[in-house]
Amino acid sequence: MKKCLIVDDSRIIRRVASKIFHELGFEPEEAENGKKALDASRIRMPDVAVVDWDMPVMDGLKFLEGLRKLPGGENAIVIFCTAENEVPKIQEALDAGANEYIMKPFDSEIVRSKLTILGAID
Amino acid sequence: MHPDDFEFVARLLKDRSGLVLTRDKGYLVENRLMPLVRQRRMKGINDVIAGLRAGEASLTDSVVDAMMAKDTAFFRDWKPFEHFRTVVLPNLIAQRGTKKTFRVLCAGVSTGQEAYSLAIIMREYGRALAGWKAEIVGVDISAASIATAQLALYSQFDVQRGLPIRLLLKHFKKRDESWSLNGDIQGMVGFMRWNLMDDLFPLGRFDVILCRNVLVYNDLQTKFNVLQKLARVAADDGVLYVGRNEPLTGVSSSFKVVNPDLGVYTVTRAEKATTRSLADAT
Ligand SMILES: C[S@@+](CC[C@H](N)C(=O)[O-])C[C@H]1O[C@@H](n2cnc3c(N)ncnc32)[C@H](O)[C@@H]1O
Repeated sequence: MKKCLIVDDSRIIRRVASKIFHELGFEPEEAENGKKALDASRIRMPDVAVVDWDMPVMDGLKFLEGLRKLPGGENAIVIFCTAENEVPKIQEALDAGANEYIMKPFDSEIVRSKLTILGAID
Repeated sequence: MHPDDFEFVARLLKDRSGLVLTRDKGYLVENRLMPLVRQRRMKGINDVIAGLRAGEASLTDSVVDAMMAKDTAFFRDWKPFEHFRTVVLPNLIAQRGTKKTFRVLCAGVSTGQEAYSLAIIMREYGRALAGWKAEIVGVDISAASIATAQLALYSQFDVQRGLPIRLLLKHFKKRDESWSLNGDIQGMVGFMRWNLMDDLFPLGRFDVILCRNVLVYNDLQTKFNVLQKLARVAADDGVLYVGRNEPLTGVSSSFKVVNPDLGVYTVTRAEKATTRSLADAT
């Protein structure tokens, strides 16, 4: 089963996202900040990481930077998922190497279509 | 809702649009017509029924409009659009090189996402299409949907359903909380209110036709009729896309299947059985 790492400091968002990814056939794992997410990625590299921007301890951009340096980390699909919806912010995440970008609020249809675009699901 | 009223509305909808409502759909009629009741400051559904029975034309149009399922998305199901980009478009460029022109019809285009997705693909295709005149026509029975399509202003939810983020940044401008499609893409598509039950010849001929997730709500006879009309306005080597869950086998012999999973079909012309179709991979 493909692993999806959900990185968000909001427990509710993690729950919602976990449920969506589970229904799409992923094995979801949750982390409440970038640092914990990096630790989890060292143990098992996720196929997909869904990452919030602002988080305590380590934010999404730092996590992305760290993840890409890990063995196999360049192949993980990283989807930013944040309330930031201004064009310069979105561009910044893409320039940093994010594969896709979801503006909150989101629903299962949005997640499904993004994963389809990325070829992560059929 | 009184069974007689339901029968009356169901018959009217079938005659006007092809929509088939089974007897258990009384709640659907009430749900979809309530906004109309409020908008027209009527007292209830009974006022709508009375107006329909009296033959009020604008009310009838509004009821048909309100009853349509309008769900759509940019690049809906993704793969058919990949097929268009990687198979059909190169074939068009190879086959139509002398006149450098082709036409695409989105039949039942709803609020425009389907047509604009094709326009974005063509825009992104680059130099191979330079100097070409490619026309995309979107038609729908719903005047409200056509108006939305022409506006080309979409909510944050709409643009996230199916649209890759890079294409969003490239082809849309953010306006407050909505996203406005750039004029160059908008200009590639023309929209018109049109009923697929009517004659389609005035629309002209088309090399590619999309009629996706439209006929699912119709009975066999209506499907057959509409498909026959579409076949008549299609080029001999023309392609038809239908939705992923609406196989045409046993419905109409006007089209033959190319790829059932993607809903790709091609025109059947008895007298030209050897014509290569635009949907055939090279
Ligand atoms: C579910 S939407 C599908 C939109 C789009 N083709 C897609 O696949 O995403 C169906 C559309 O077909 C339109 N429609 C249904 N019957 C029609 C008819 N007789 N003539 C024209 N449009 C019709 C509806 O108004 C609605 O916008």
